[in-house]
Parts: sequence; C-alpha cells; structure tokens
Amino acid sequence: MSGEIEISVKNLNLWFGNFQALKNVNIDIPKNAVTALIGPSGCGKSTFIKTLDRMNDLVDNVKFTGEVIYKGRNILNSDTDVVALRKEIGMVFQKPNPFPKSIFDNVAYGPRVHGIRDKKALNEIVERSLKGAAIWDEVKDRLNESALRLSGGQQQRLCIARLLAVEPDVLLMDEPASALDPIATSKIEDLIYELKKEYTIIIVTHNMQQAARVSSHTAFFFLGELVEYASTIDLFERPREKKTEDYVTGKFG
Amino acid sequence: MVVTFNRAVRTLRRSGTRDAGERFIQLILLVCAVSSIFAIFLIIVFVFSQGVPFLAEAGLGFLTTSVWLPADSFAAGTWGIFPIILGSLIVTLGAVAIGAPLGIACAVFLAEIAPPAVRRLLVPSVSALAGVPSVVYGFFALLVIVPWIRGQFGGFGTSILACWIILSVMILPTIISVSTDAVRAVPREYKEGSLAMGATRWQTIRSVLIPAASSGIMASVILGMGRAIGETMAVLLVAGNSVTIPGSIFAPVSTLTATIALEMGYATGAHQQALFAMGVVLFVFILILTGLANLASRRRVTF
Amino acid sequence: MPAKRREIVPMALLWGAGISTIVILIVILAYILAKGLPLISWHFLTTNPGVRGQTGAGIYSTIVATVAVTGVALLVAAPLSVGGAIYLNEYTRENLLRKVIRQAAEVLAGIPSIIIGLFGFLFFVIYLLPYTGGWSVLSAGLTLAFMVLPISLRISEEALKAVPGELREGSLGLGATKWQSITTVVLPTALPGIITGLILGMGRAIGETAAILLTAGGALGVIQSLRDPACPMTLYIYNILTEYNDTSAAYGTAAVLIIAILAITFITDWLMNSYTKKLQGL
Ligand SMILES: Nc1ncnc2c1ncn2[C@@H]1O[C@H](COP(=O)(O)OP(=O)(O)OP(=O)(O)O)[C@@H](O)[C@H]1O
Ligand SMILES: [Mg+2]
Repeated sequence: MSGEIEISVKNLNLWFGNFQALKNVNIDIPKNAVTALIGPSGCGKSTFIKTLDRMNDLVDNVKFTGEVIYKGRNILNSDTDVVALRKEIGMVFQKPNPFPKSIFDNVAYGPRVHGIRDKKALNEIVERSLKGAAIWDEVKDRLNESALRLSGGQQQRLCIARLLAVEPDVLLMDEPASALDPIATSKIEDLIYELKKEYTIIIVTHNMQQAARVSSHTAFFFLGELVEYASTIDLFERPREKKTEDYVTGKFG
Repeated sequence: MVVTFNRAVRTLRRSGTRDAGERFIQLILLVCAVSSIFAIFLIIVFVFSQGVPFLAEAGLGFLTTSVWLPADSFAAGTWGIFPIILGSLIVTLGAVAIGAPLGIACAVFLAEIAPPAVRRLLVPSVSALAGVPSVVYGFFALLVIVPWIRGQFGGFGTSILACWIILSVMILPTIISVSTDAVRAVPREYKEGSLAMGATRWQTIRSVLIPAASSGIMASVILGMGRAIGETMAVLLVAGNSVTIPGSIFAPVSTLTATIALEMGYATGAHQQALFAMGVVLFVFILILTGLANLASRRRVTF
Repeated sequence: MPAKRREIVPMALLWGAGISTIVILIVILAYILAKGLPLISWHFLTTNPGVRGQTGAGIYSTIVATVAVTGVALLVAAPLSVGGAIYLNEYTRENLLRKVIRQAAEVLAGIPSIIIGLFGFLFFVIYLLPYTGGWSVLSAGLTLAFMVLPISLRISEEALKAVPGELREGSLGLGATKWQSITTVVLPTALPGIITGLILGMGRAIGETAAILLTAGGALGVIQSLRDPACPMTLYIYNILTEYNDTSAAYGTAAVLIIAILAITFITDWLMNSYTKKLQGL
C-alpha cells in the first residue's frame, strides 16, 4: 500500500459482555483517502469505526484489546483524552442528528465548547465550514433558522459542516446516506470526493456501487473478522477470498 | 484572518484538571440523586423516634381500645385510637367506593370515546382538579356540602357523608390519570381484533380493554386510596372530629390525619408522642398501599 | 340494530362520567370565584389582614408568606431534583441504585403531607431551632421542599429520558465533554419538561396546608426575615374558617389562590409548548 498511514490498527479484539464483536482486526488506514467498510448487517462495521473515536466507551460492559495507533500513540490506552480524540476524529451518523438549535449555532457548537467566543471568529468558522460541506449557498440567508427545518440531505451536510468546524483530521461516516434519497445521496458523495483532499475518511456503506464510486480502499468484514482489505478495484474485480466474491457479486447479504 | 485551533495543545493525553472537574460535578449530582433516599431516611428516623417508644409503651391496646383521653403524662391519659383508625378506614373506603367507578368511567371515556373537542376540555379540567388546594376543597365542602347535608338529613352536617363526597372528588385526578394511562397502554391490536370480530364499542371496552388494563386500573384505585387516607385539611374541616364510633353516615368522625393536625397545636409530652405514634400507624398504612399499588401495576395481564 | 341499542345506556354513563368531572370542577371554581372575585381589589391585595379577620382588611402579608415559603421550597428542591434526575439519566445505567432511588422518590411522593409536617415540626422547628428560628418561613419552606422534590425529580427524569441519544452522541462526537453536552444540548432540549415538573411542584407548595400548619407558626405580620413565623394564604383560609365569625376574607383568599395556581400552571404549559415548537423549528 502506497502513501502515508493515518491510523494503524493491530490485533484489535472487542467484546460486548461475552459476545466478541471484533476478532483480531488488522488494518492500515491511508491518509487523505477514502476507505470503505462493507459487509453484511451485524458484522461489526459500526463497532469498528466507533472504536476509532472511542464512542464504544458509552456502552456498558465493553472490553477491548489490541492497538489503534494514531499520531504515534495507542488511543486505546486508558490515559487517552477521549474528548480531545473525538475532536480530531469526528463522526457522521446514519441518521442526521442536528441539535435543536439554529443552523449557525449547530456549526458554532464545536468551536464554542472548545472555547472560541469571539463573534467574528465564529462567523468565519461557520461560513468556512458550511462552504466546506457544500451547503453554504443553500443556507446562507437563513442561518438563524432552526436546523430541524432543513431537509434530510441538508441536515446531513450540516452535520458534516458541524464536524468540519472543529477541524478534525479524520471523518468517520456510518452509512451517511442510507436515510437519504438518490439526489441527496449523490450530493453527499460529491462532497466526500471533495473532502478527501484534506481529510482521511472512513465510510461504512451497504451500497456496493457507492463504495466503488467514492473509495480508494475497501475492507470487507464478516462476523467480526476483517476478511479482505485491498484497493477498491482489486476487491471488487479480483477478490482473493471466496466470501468476498460471494458478497460483492450479491450471492448473499 | 484564518482562525484555527491551537494545534500545540492537541496532545491526546488526558487532562487531569478537566477530568477532576467532571468527576467533581458527577459527585455533586450523585449527592442530589441520593437526597430522596436521605429524605425518607430522615422522615422515618424522626417520626419513628417519637412514635415508636410510645407504641411500645402503650402496646396493642393503643390500636384496639376506644377511649381517647390524652394527657401530658402517659399515666394520666387513656390511649385508645380504635375509633380514629376506624374513622380513617370508613372515610377512605367510602370515598373510593364513590370515586373509583366515576374516575374509571371518566378514564375510559377520555381514552376511548371523547371526541377531540371534549378531550381538550377534559384533560385540563383533570389537571385543574389536581391543582386545587385541599384547603379549598375543604372550604367548599364546609360551606356548601355540610349545610346541604344538615338541611336534608338534620344533625350538624359535618359527617362521614360530607367526607365521602369531598374526598371522592379529590381522588378523581389520581384515578383518572393513572387509569387513562393504563387504558391507553392496551395494544391497539387487541381492540382492533375485537372490533373486527363484530363486537360493538361497548362490548370491546367491557370484555377487552378493561380486563387488559385491569392491573393499571387497580393500581390507580389503590393510589387513590392512599390519597384519601392521607388527606388532611378537607377532612379536618368537614369530619366533625369526634372520637367515637360513628352510628350512621350522618355522624361525625375523626381520622388519623385530622386528629394529628387538630391536636398538634396544643399537645405536649405523652400526648404529642401519641400523635407521632398515629403518624407511624398512618405511615404503615401508606407503605402497605404503596406496596400493593406496585404489585398491581407490575402484574401483567396476558391473554 | 339491537346491539347498537343496548349500547346506549353504558355509553351514556361513560359520557356522564366525563361530563360530570368537568361539571364538578366548574361548580367548585364558580362557587369560590363568584363569591371571591368581587372581594379582590388592589386594596385587598396590598393591605395586611386585620385583627380577627375584620372586614375591609386585605391579605398582603399572607401573599408575601406564600411567595417566601414557596421560594425557599423551590430553591432547595429544584437543584436537588434536577441534579438528581441528571445523575440518574446521564450517569447511571439501569441498575440497582437507580431502582432504589426511583422507588424512594415514589414512596416520598406518597407520604401524606401531615406526616411530612410532623417531621418538619420535629426536625426544623424543634431540632434545628437555632438555625430556623423555630416556627418560621424557613422551617415551612424546607419542609415543603420534601414534597416538591419527588414530583420534580420524576418529571425531570422523564423529560431527560425523552432526549434522543443521537443528540448526546453528536455532541460528544464533536469533542464536547459530558458535562458540556448535558448543559448545552441535553438540558435545553429537556427544559420544557423540567420546568413543567418544577411548576407542578410549585403548585403543590403554594396549595399545601397541613404541613404548613405544623411548621409556619401562623403569625399575620409581614415577615422581616426568613426566620420569622408566617401565615401563608392556605393557612389563613383555614384559620378564618375555624376561628373567625366573618368568613368573607376566606373567599377572597381562596379566589386569589386558585387564580394564581391555575394561571401559573396554564401559562407555563403554553410557554413550554411554544418553546418546544420553536426547538422543533415550527
Ligand atoms: N451495545 C451493544 N451491546 C451488545 N452487542 C452489541 C452492541 N452493539 C452492537 N452489538 C453487536 O455487535 C455486532 C456488530 O454490530 P454492529 O452494529 O457493529 O454491526 P454493523 O456491521 O454496523 O451492522 P449494520 O450494517 O446493521 O449497521 C452485532 O452482532 C450486534 O448485535
Ligand atoms: Mg451499523
């Protein structure tokens, strides 16, 4: 694999109580590229990306072993500042989850909790983030309106803008378009294409075409195991594993 | 100007001061959360510390004998609260006997039958009934219901009947709101299944909805009972407060709550302790009722 | 259709039950207000009660007492109940502690006010006399806090539970700390429910009499400090009814009391509804 590595996962195992949801996962995520995660429902894709920003900590009875090396340290260590980590590694959820606040306040939320109070600075961050998420033109005249009045696709792009405002390095996206119509979906895909120039993106998707369109690398998960990880073209056209082939050709899942 | 965060502070190592701050907040919130337990503990310790020694000294006769002649010292008084306990029970059961059918019917009406316009009037009416202070109920009863009873049936008017009438109204909000929730919680399929088989609305209500909601309805009645037995001001004003075993529903009674409220103003010594002992008795009644209500609402009806 | 005909009686009874509930409320309110409203005037609200309830006097000091006692109760109960609800909902999972606390709040809510009054008398009036001044606004308010606490705790907890988990995840995902997420996203979203719970508790405090009877002292002068004995409106009504010959002031007081409680309840309801609508962007 060429290019710089952003996150290196080594021997990651994760349990919910007695149930092992991730089994010895090893993967290197390239920097400033899009990596897609595919696999049948329940195979551990969400669990995997939630490990990368330690969101699984919110779950009862969760245990993990192994290493996730990011910026030279194992972020699974107990002395990791998960709050700072989540600022660096941001997450976009399946269902858009804007706060019940104005569009402006949604985007300014992150900078504000991180201590930026200056009105001019906030204005600038909000505009830059909304532009970055390709939604500025649609909302620039209604920044004080409630974010809940936006359409689903707009809400999802707003949530991405909200993330960009805290200047993360990595964007985790868990089926970001699955609740959206085709037009909104293609806007999100265009956006992902733009964003990968500056950000490392990991996207979970059930949509094989989507994975093929947006990603440079694809990982196929099955029952908690990473079955195959290769460049997207190789994985779809020359899968090495039988299971991968069955899945990408639609024989199951 | 390009605003950026200070990258230098991004060490990803845990910040000790912020963690300590968050933990401190969590500790304060924990203290708030356990304050309810602490409150009950305080109430029990203080009320029981006065009441239980008296109960121990007076023995079972306190509950079973009928002469109540309190005095400052234990030896000088005669301590029998049987008529008072009886009064509390009569007043409570009668109020529930009147209030429960009315309240349950109203709940079924509210949940199943009322057109939206009526519902919009009824729901705030129930919360308004719950909001009227008990002294105002007592006031109304004393100036309207008591004279009416006096005119119709003779006597003083302050009587068991007066207590029944006003208490049955006062427990309505409790019964209505808890029963309404119970009826609403019945799965729609039960109702639709019954209607689809050609049952009428009333048949469906009687043979499907009410049985399915019966545990919640039962809980509402027990909670209403708890309200009635614990109610003080309205009863105090219209019961007549005479410590005798009543001969008819037009006779005055006294209840545990009213006696405590009436006599605390001047009681001292053993008398005051005896009132705390009544508080303990009342508390035990309430605990039993709360336990029963819990049991009732936990029982799941399946069919 | 014979089946339909047989429905008429039971249906009429159900309608009757619903309508009579409304009628009962109207009768009680109409009676009190019809007799009480004519007595209410600026003079009535701003003049102190006379000796032995003489006519022509007002209820100023009793209004002050009600406000003070209720204020003390809320000041103590609001942080405890909201803080407790936050702890239960945000910091614990469904576990034993949570069950025990919820059960405790339920028992506390079911304790009759006269027993809480007995406790308040013993604890605040007698035991803590050097601090509370004995029978006083402070003793009464602290006693009432025990009644407001479980009401507000339960409703606040429900309000917090209704806040979608995705909002918390969204906030934590942006690198907000837990407490930041609670104060900036969770609490504003749950605010209408929390306020409604507090208002309900406040209504309870304003209308309470039995516990006040044992703890407030009943003095009719205008309080100078929280350690002074006082006579809130409810207690004043009771005293008029049992001690005075002229009961007219009781009508006026009861009318003020009812209007205050109903106005507070319904205005809050309305405000909270419009706040919720605003949150939802309508
Ligand atoms: N909080 C939890 N507690 C216990 N088990 C969990 C929890 N979260 C997920 N699991 C289990 O872990 C496994 C992986 O779940 P995960 O959500 O990661 O799957 P997924 O690949 O994202 O599926 P989908 O495509 O449906 O989103 C599943 O079997 C799931 O039931
Ligand atoms: Mg998933």
